Amino acid sequence: MTAAPAPAPASGQTVKIRPRARLAVLVGRTVAWASRVVHFGTGSVIGGRVSLLIDPNLLAELTRSRDVAVISATNGKTTTTKLLSVALGSRQPVVSNWLGANMTPGIVAALATSNATDTAVLEVDERWVDSVLRATNASTVVLLNLSRDQLDRTQEVRKLAEQWRTALAATPPCTVIANADDPLVTWAALAAPNVTWIATGQEWTADAAGCPACSGRIDFVGTEWACTSCDLKRPPVDVVVEDETISINGRNFHSPLALPGRVNRVNAAFALAASTAMGTDLDAAFDALDDVAEVAGRYRVTEFGDVNIRLLLAKNPAGWHEALELLEGPSTPLVIAINARIADGHDPSWLWDVDYERVGNRLVIAIGERRHDLAVRFRYGNITHCVADSLEDALNLVRKSPDFDPTVPVDVASNYTAFQDHLEKVGGVL
Amino acid sequence: MTSTPNSNRADSAVRIVSLYPDLLGTYGDGGNALVLSRRLEWRGIAVEHISIDAGAPIPDSADLYLVGGGEDGPQVQAARELERSQGLHRAVDKGAVVLAICAGMQILGHRFPDATGTSRGGVGLLDCETVRVNRPRAVGELLATNARLTTTHGLIELGPLTGFENHAGRTVPGSNAVSLASVEVGEGNGDGSEGVVTGTVVGTYLHGPALARNPRLADALLEWIVGPAAMTPLDDNDVSTLRAERIHAAREHELAPRRSWRDILRRS
Ligand SMILES: [Zn+2]
Repeated sequence: MTAAPAPAPASGQTVKIRPRARLAVLVGRTVAWASRVVHFGTGSVIGGRVSLLIDPNLLAELTRSRDVAVISATNGKTTTTKLLSVALGSRQPVVSNWLGANMTPGIVAALATSNATDTAVLEVDERWVDSVLRATNASTVVLLNLSRDQLDRTQEVRKLAEQWRTALAATPPCTVIANADDPLVTWAALAAPNVTWIATGQEWTADAAGCPACSGRIDFVGTEWACTSCDLKRPPVDVVVEDETISINGRNFHSPLALPGRVNRVNAAFALAASTAMGTDLDAAFDALDDVAEVAGRYRVTEFGDVNIRLLLAKNPAGWHEALELLEGPSTPLVIAINARIADGHDPSWLWDVDYERVGNRLVIAIGERRHDLAVRFRYGNITHCVADSLEDALNLVRKSPDFDPTVPVDVASNYTAFQDHLEKVGGVL
Repeated sequence: MTSTPNSNRADSAVRIVSLYPDLLGTYGDGGNALVLSRRLEWRGIAVEHISIDAGAPIPDSADLYLVGGGEDGPQVQAARELERSQGLHRAVDKGAVVLAICAGMQILGHRFPDATGTSRGGVGLLDCETVRVNRPRAVGELLATNARLTTTHGLIELGPLTGFENHAGRTVPGSNAVSLASVEVGEGNGDGSEGVVTGTVVGTYLHGPALARNPRLADALLEWIVGPAAMTPLDDNDVSTLRAERIHAAREHELAPRRSWRDILRRS
């Protein structure tokens, strides 16, 4: 099931880059620097854009001499990119865009700062998989899941699955690591010659009731699934994630990860399978990734005001389905924040697809620009709730609650831009 | 997910059926069933809610049917299954109330466009026809006024309707239909009107959980079934705050659909 990694020149070896590409990199870095100086964000995306204007083939040029892994999904791509970088990093220099700039400009900017032969682990936006694969000839492609997200601005998930399928047929990688429990991902990955299938036990299947191959109906029975009208069905699996255990290559990894929840065991399984495919020893890879405690601020426990908080990110129904596993246990109040800016999608109708009732009897405080949408959702869920105008106000309410337990960090679960706002308040990513 | 109705139900329970959530439920449509169920429970009225997936027979004895929104492909399949089953037709003949959202409204009409723009035959329970027009998809806040519904208990004023719309196509009501409201902000049916009502079948472009933002519409549908005497007032503070905020946002055109000069000329 594993393929030999694509040969890459040893680190430090001189690699010839066309003068135009060199100029593009230089100008892009200068623009990024200038952008940082005037406090216009990190500057990486705008620098990448300028570089690509000078040399539209820059991504191909910058990846010509490296081994490349591409990671895409609706949920979990940032975490899995980080885990794979760490797993590979125990053996070789790695460059990655794990801070989330995941379209070509951001990828180019990340690569421009590295040695020409460093292994690249690239998080790629779902819509950019085709163009990134064509440019980079990635040896390894990791496809985690596809589900509804920002329906007011992105494409239907079926169209994305079709694009992935076309991309894998046009630029076949040595190995694809794919989710055998997501029919959309499975159908896309079947276009590739060599697939490592992961049994993820994915529970969210609401977006895959219609068969991507024939529009027939897919039946889910136990752990298996199959189309009732064509021959698309769950493939035989190579890697299994079950309860606390990851089973891979005849080995069982039981020891806990620092990252919490079932979803992160799944992410770790993808990272282990990909790092194995890229030639890293399984034990070394697991040892490296089981210490990762936060990813771009996600899962960070930190003090804010006088309260310990834990930052969680959940952007869409499938993401919330996983996040709610972490919110079911304790009785201490929690904070949920929802915005509806461009990066979130303008339409928070999806709040009604989330089973918020799973939080039980806890007090939930709604914040964010769409806190009143949340409050109405909670009202109809018979969930004890109140509304606050800021994170600070919400935590004041938490502190006053008789159920507040100061020994347990207060969970603050947010969608994308609300999460970024909170991360900034507690000191940013690094 | 499929279940059959319980034949031993108490006669007083209001029976609600969500149709084809596996095909038509992309935008939080499940919220409408939750809102209706809670508003009955909070008034002490028993409620039975079931979901019927595509392919399963549709019971014709329920009081209220919900048909949700969906993507272009599943929409065509849902229309085919509804036509084959005929359960919804029989229920409407018996006087059942239907709320159809967005794609659900389009397929309940006489004709609607599929993903390629080709006109397809609809179910014919709503007297309207939806055609593809050459304009950007209408995506944004929809605000409609003068909303009213004529039920067996008389005319019910619904106040402003607020919601989000996300659709292509223009819906033309026929002579056996009235519109639900007049568009103040957004696209709606495309001719300044919003929604289509034929008898007890109500269609709207307020997509997804439309009833969450419009409790008077929810209560009007319920009043049709249980009568005005049962409609005791409820605490709607949370939803009042949300409505005020979204109506303001729509009037400020915070998230209004893009409109070309041609659209504006067409409507005047
Ligand atoms: Zn099929």
